Amino acid sequence: MKAVITVIGRDMVGILAKVSSKCAEHNANVIEVTQSVMQDVFAMVMLVDISGLSCDFSHFVEEQKQVGAELGLSIHTMHEDIFNSMHRI
Amino acid sequence: MYNASDILETIRMIQDEHLDIRTITMGISLLDCADSCIGRSCDKIYDKITSRAEHLVREGEEIERKYGIPIINKRISVTPIAMLAGASGGDPVQYAHTLNRAAKAVGVNFIGGYSALVHKGFSPGDEALIHSIPEALSQTEFVCASVNVGSTKSGINLDACRLMGGIICDCARKTADRECIGAAKLVVFCNAPEDNPFMAGAFHGFGEPDCVINVGVSGPGVVRAALQGAGDCDITQVADIIKKTAFKITRMGQLVGAEASERLGVPFGIVDLSLAPTPAIGDSVAHILEEIGLEKCGIHGTTATLALLNDAVKKGGVMASSKVGGLSGAFIPVSEDAGMIDAATQGSLSIEKLEAMTAVCSVGLDMVIIPGDTHPDVVAGIIADEAAIGMVNSKTTAVRLIPAIGKKEGEQLHFGGLLGYGPVMKVGRGSPSKFIARGGQIPAPLQSLKN
Repeated sequence: MKAVITVIGRDMVGILAKVSSKCAEHNANVIEVTQSVMQDVFAMVMLVDISGLSCDFSHFVEEQKQVGAELGLSIHTMHEDIFNSMHRI
Repeated sequence: MYNASDILETIRMIQDEHLDIRTITMGISLLDCADSCIGRSCDKIYDKITSRAEHLVREGEEIERKYGIPIINKRISVTPIAMLAGASGGDPVQYAHTLNRAAKAVGVNFIGGYSALVHKGFSPGDEALIHSIPEALSQTEFVCASVNVGSTKSGINLDACRLMGGIICDCARKTADRECIGAAKLVVFCNAPEDNPFMAGAFHGFGEPDCVINVGVSGPGVVRAALQGAGDCDITQVADIIKKTAFKITRMGQLVGAEASERLGVPFGIVDLSLAPTPAIGDSVAHILEEIGLEKCGIHGTTATLALLNDAVKKGGVMASSKVGGLSGAFIPVSEDAGMIDAATQGSLSIEKLEAMTAVCSVGLDMVIIPGDTHPDVVAGIIADEAAIGMVNSKTTAVRLIPAIGKKEGEQLHFGGLLGYGPVMKVGRGSPSKFIARGGQIPAPLQSLKN
């Protein structure tokens, strides 16, 4: 089971570190990361394996959202199925 | 790995363009609750609804969190109560109170099925239920009622049209102190679908399983944004863009429906493809039509653009879901759509134009506010006209009119929430009373003879 974490906002030092340490804290294994900075807007998409998650998925979603709130970024954590069903036939 | 732009597109749809699942509706059969004693029948109904739908709201919220997509409403539809009222006798309002209590207990937003199907005539239960509708809707909060007065197969029950003209006015009068909200919870149908997840017209048809999950999607804002992004393309490309967008929206419905069905251990019924608008800015069907190129919704060209939209939504949606049903098309509820409200207020959208629009989209005259002094026979005439459009075109049409008691053309009613607000619209004053008073059945059209 995988989830997609997206981070959008103003670029700054330590975004990846903060998000991935929250993943580590809850035993979510980071599989792949793509990121880009366009005109100061930072966009990162992170694929994580959540099969061994040490907490409830909705708790994990909330925690990541909190990280975003602290950094002034918008962080969404969504189950991969939503992207599978919308973009793949 | 996923394409980052696909992922960002999904997030933008949800965050900025109001993409949501409008409703998960659990259909529950109450046929096994029928009893000759109305008290026992009500007890069985309460027990069945509260046990079947016990986890509906909780599981819905879980799914919201898992996929990050809002599910606005959780609802229940039940077997038309006229059947049970026929078996038990007694005052049908008792059933309305039971449904209301059950809805409150499980925490759903609405419960539909205070309904009667009278397209070919009335049984005693039907008559008792219809006469009780104003009382039932004024005394309850969550209950929605519907009456089917016609079908392509059977023609139109003109007596039912006349009766419903009066009932709609009574519903508004009985709730005049609450913006006439009673009438907003009552739909009069022709060709009513048995698996519709949308309110106020949802009921659980006789051909349905014991319990089922139906899903209604939303997403007019997403369609409009996609068209906006495409710029000046020709109309065939417009249709293509709508098709592709409808596919994506419907896939969300399919995903959520399948998951809800699995979690609740209830079979998955259908996804209703209809794009349901809300009064929020950026979530309007009228604005899609304006994006295609109309100066204002309701002007000449509106019917053609709506026909295109309705057809493209179906073509895109039908491939995205293995089970399509309900109303499936485009909704045009006036008070629930920012663009429609605006067009009606400015006078570019009239009831006559709306009537033409209903010939090419999925519903009928929906959430239309009319002057409070409109004669019940005029309301009956409007119902008969709409039913005729549905009957001849083998499609569903519906009438949800709200007579604004004590108000005149140009004044407003405010329902709040998803029901929105809107201006009182002009209604023709000529009297159809002699036609309506003739009563009887408008015979089924030739279209009914398909065998």
